[in-house]
Amino acid sequence: MNRAAVLGTGQTEHRTRRTDVSMAGLCREAIDRALADAGTDWSDVDAVVLGKAPDLFEGVMMPELFLADALGATGRPLLRVHTAGSVGGSTAIVASQLVQAGVHRRVLAVAFEKQSESNAMWALSIQPPFTMPVGAGAGGYFAPHIRSYIRRSGAPPHVGAMVAVKDRRNGALNPYAHLRQPGITLESVNASPMLWDPIRYDETCPSSDGACAIVIGDEAAAEASDRQVAWIRATAMRTEPTYFAGKDHVNPRAGYEAARALWRAAGITDPLEQVDAAEIYVPFSWFEPMWLENLGFTAPGEGWKLTEAGETGLDGALPVNPSGGVMCSNPIGASGLLRFAEAAMQVMGRAGEHQVEGARTALGHAYGGGSQFFAMWVVGTAPV
Amino acid sequence: MIDVAVVGFAQSPCLPSAGTTSGVETLVPVFQEVLGATGLSKQDIDFWCSGSSDYLAGRAFSFVNAVDAIGAYPPVAESHVEMDAAWALYEAYVKLLTGEARTALVYGFGKSSAGELRRVLALQLDPYLHAPLWPDSVSIAALQARAGLDAGRYTERDLAVVAARSRTAALGNPKAQVSGRDSADDLLAAPYVADPLRAHDCAPVGDGAAAVVLAAGDEARRLCARPAWITGFAHNVDSPALGVRDLTAVPSATAAATAAGLRGDDVDAVELHAPFSHQEILLSAALGIDDRVRVNQSGGVLCGNPMFSAGLSRIGLAAQYVMSGRADRVAGHATSGPALQQNLVCVMEGA
Repeated sequence: MNRAAVLGTGQTEHRTRRTDVSMAGLCREAIDRALADAGTDWSDVDAVVLGKAPDLFEGVMMPELFLADALGATGRPLLRVHTAGSVGGSTAIVASQLVQAGVHRRVLAVAFEKQSESNAMWALSIQPPFTMPVGAGAGGYFAPHIRSYIRRSGAPPHVGAMVAVKDRRNGALNPYAHLRQPGITLESVNASPMLWDPIRYDETCPSSDGACAIVIGDEAAAEASDRQVAWIRATAMRTEPTYFAGKDHVNPRAGYEAARALWRAAGITDPLEQVDAAEIYVPFSWFEPMWLENLGFTAPGEGWKLTEAGETGLDGALPVNPSGGVMCSNPIGASGLLRFAEAAMQVMGRAGEHQVEGARTALGHAYGGGSQFFAMWVVGTAPV
Repeated sequence: MIDVAVVGFAQSPCLPSAGTTSGVETLVPVFQEVLGATGLSKQDIDFWCSGSSDYLAGRAFSFVNAVDAIGAYPPVAESHVEMDAAWALYEAYVKLLTGEARTALVYGFGKSSAGELRRVLALQLDPYLHAPLWPDSVSIAALQARAGLDAGRYTERDLAVVAARSRTAALGNPKAQVSGRDSADDLLAAPYVADPLRAHDCAPVGDGAAAVVLAAGDEARRLCARPAWITGFAHNVDSPALGVRDLTAVPSATAAATAAGLRGDDVDAVELHAPFSHQEILLSAALGIDDRVRVNQSGGVLCGNPMFSAGLSRIGLAAQYVMSGRADRVAGHATSGPALQQNLVCVMEGA
């Protein structure tokens, strides 16, 4: 398998409504920044991979078709990935494999969501026949899993609020973040309204318009770059059904197995020791300790201790979501690619004020559906 | 370099309505057939990849249910494209080229009968300027057909000849949705649906599913007596701006064919994804298909066009010609988008 590296990344200012741009304009804002960051231009792009979550979120069927010109895809191969909430991560992985397989030298991966074009609650409310509707949005779906986690692990109730405070303060260091709240405190989080017990208003992600783009290149392209690139050391994707007897929503086996495969492929035997920064898909604060366990950073039931000890803060043993993560910006289809891009930015040393000092190895993680689609990668300053 | 081959193919019958609620019921027997023929079980599949559309199903995350057809526990390595599954096959092909997987099962499914397809497809257009006018997919194809007539590329009789030949060929295809022994003159007597297209010039609306198994190197040789080795696989897309494109040319098909190493005179048979009769003529020209080449022996999608699996089935059908020994070198083609906007070509050959 050929080596591949992230040469550059770009993202938009994420906001509730980006009424100043069309879908094409939103994508181009991220793409133009990624090409500039990669020190390259359209003439070097061999193929485009577009990822986004359900088409009903914008009300356009297969929008990559009408966006082909804006994406610079006309006259090139164009792939459209959709793997639910994990799609941003899957998009990066599909793009990286085009390089790793030796098919292309440089591939542009783009992901976006412009939720203000349509109505996400409507889009998510159309139920298939014979399926019991949840009728409570994503928070209502995931809240019981969080309650189950708290009961199983014995985690104290303030851990979720701690994650919210950390992520929102991190987001205040990220100029692209949708929510930037430097003054947030445990008290203010706990004073915010309870939405889906135990998830409070300040412990839930926003709805954002936004896009992200990355340029992935082969070994020659990476070596031609005069700046540090992010070498893709390993990728993994795993899927399991939404519902089945024995499904563990707290510690899904698909996520567990994806992580094991990922660490093995990256040659990582002690993730907590060997990973310097992690961008983990945390749409509700409590998912940080849950995913720390699922990913194998800690033993089951121990993830909250890492969080409570402050070790997931910017200067902790494992900084988690230095960008502020999904808790600060959630353009759904792009959220996964943002995690992957932010991980790359850390090892490239291009994360600005939320840079983790000396980061050499970073994790990008995304999940989707009913905690059933997982995509992740490890990037580093060196190819192996 | 890793060699990758098609070693198995199955498809459901193309039906006006499959009468199912999701893809699962249609996919399960297709998986059984394709796994049974290769002697594989689901645990032997290293990578799964599918193609489908939420807009066709009329709801978000419609592909999620289809995972139930796999029985994906223990968890599987899996991905999905919101495209015809021919592009899922491409993703799986690339996966095998990396060496991370040695076998892949690719599937596509769609239930066009759930809505009014020609209006649903209008939502593929620019949502700010075009879609609000609701130019439906048949009307856009008719504009393209008219442009070809005006340019002298074919006559209405030529279109009827394509349809008549396809319908006759489909008599030998038990999966076909329509077939018949009509002459071109019979067909020309029919009224227009969208001038200059008549009903037989337009693919029937129907439901269905298909699956293809890919394998690498010795694994392919072990699974299949005569694998259909992929020698070239590429795709490309044209501008969405209908007013900018020359609708009688298909540059993305030509580019895909060139990248895939398809020369129109070096294949025995091709399966072209041409949902309208004039598109078979335009595509044959774009791909440089020689008169000697057998085109759409299955009857083509004019006789059964289950959305999001029909493109994959073109490749599966072409592969079958090789696997069965009826051809040495073949090509399968898939299209997507208004007026042949996006095109894919897969060239395969026997040992």
